[in-house]
Amino acid sequence: MAQQIRLEVVTPKGAVVNEDVDIVNAPGYGGDFGVLANHAPFLSTIKIGSLTYEQGRKRVTLMVTGGFCEVSNNKITFLVESAEFGSEIDVDRAMRAKERAEKRLAQALQHDETLNRTRAEASLKRAIARIKTAKSR
Amino acid sequence: MPNLKEVKTKISGVKKTSQITKAMNMVAAARLRGAQEKMEAFRPYTAKFNETMSNLSGGATTNQFPLMENRDVKSIELLVVTSDRGLCGSYNANIVKLALTKIKSYEKEGKQVSLVCVGKKGYQLLNKKAKVRKKYTDIMSSFQMFNAREVATDLADNFLKGNSDKVEVLFGRFRSVASQVPTAVPFLPVQPVENIAGKENVKKISGDYIYEPSTEEIMDVLQPLYLNVIVYQAMLEVGASEHAARMTAMDNATNACKDIVSNLTVVYNKARQAAVTNELMDIVGGAEALK
Repeated sequence: MAQQIRLEVVTPKGAVVNEDVDIVNAPGYGGDFGVLANHAPFLSTIKIGSLTYEQGRKRVTLMVTGGFCEVSNNKITFLVESAEFGSEIDVDRAMRAKERAEKRLAQALQHDETLNRTRAEASLKRAIARIKTAKSR
Repeated sequence: MPNLKEVKTKISGVKKTSQITKAMNMVAAARLRGAQEKMEAFRPYTAKFNETMSNLSGGATTNQFPLMENRDVKSIELLVVTSDRGLCGSYNANIVKLALTKIKSYEKEGKQVSLVCVGKKGYQLLNKKAKVRKKYTDIMSSFQMFNAREVATDLADNFLKGNSDKVEVLFGRFRSVASQVPTAVPFLPVQPVENIAGKENVKKISGDYIYEPSTEEIMDVLQPLYLNVIVYQAMLEVGASEHAARMTAMDNATNACKDIVSNLTVVYNKARQAAVTNELMDIVGGAEALK
């Protein structure tokens, strides 16, 4: 059996994942990156997006929001604000959220409201990430 | 001699009060469990965060980042975290007292002090005595990470604009169910996290890391997050402490009610006995007179 790396996903509400896995794919600052066993020490910020890991034939996708990840001693730790399993995401709700966010974004752009714009952009990003994560199962 | 009926009404009144305090005690106990679980769930996050911060800031020098800049302290901002509701003993009063002594000693040194209040009670008690720049009330019952982020971002913005040179957080630290200690924690400028005591073997391996993006940019992201973590932690502790304090306060109140009821019952029985004796004496006196 191939070597594995320990994956930990920690959110303010507690640890979500704590398992040995074959490969981890995550949305890093400069684009998606993959981590295999015995990766060199590495630290990166994490964007809103989907995190995938594989364990033999099992493939799991999580939607994560901003945070960072650290790789050291054959262990990869994600510290993110929230993490949801793809299988638990309510796609209809995410779709509605996406529409709402789009509307709000359009409004904010019209009236040139920076604060509302950043908020709408963030929720739009989250909604899109949720939909993508749910569909990539 | 106390009026029989008056005493009886008073007894039933006190009994009703004790029912309420008892119910509040039980509600607080249930809420405390929830708040404690929330606190426990957050612990791995902070532990990991501190570890990474100490790894990272090992190589960083102060004044390299705007949020770490040590300036000449002229104005100080205090973030006072209290509960939204009262009836929890001296818990909020203790935090406010700590805030007031801090304000006094800073003003003696000729520094300006402004306040940011989280929680209604702190705001009500401090509003008249000091300058409250901003308040966040009615969020303590069901707060989330984004509430903490809002507060932390505001504090950081104010610091970066130069309106405050130093920020401290005041809150009630949750030691145990029986003891909550008002504490002040430095907030800004961000202190480089030293190796946490008892963990000396944390290796300084920051040099070997591959950073993406650069260390500076990572710090720019991490520091605000770190501030969120501190505020969130303070809010969690205040949440748990509030319920613990209320539990003790309401337990005391219930006991006090019991004491009052037993005292009043003695008074009532004495009064009743006196009334019976008086009536008997009347009857006996009447009978004697007829002879």
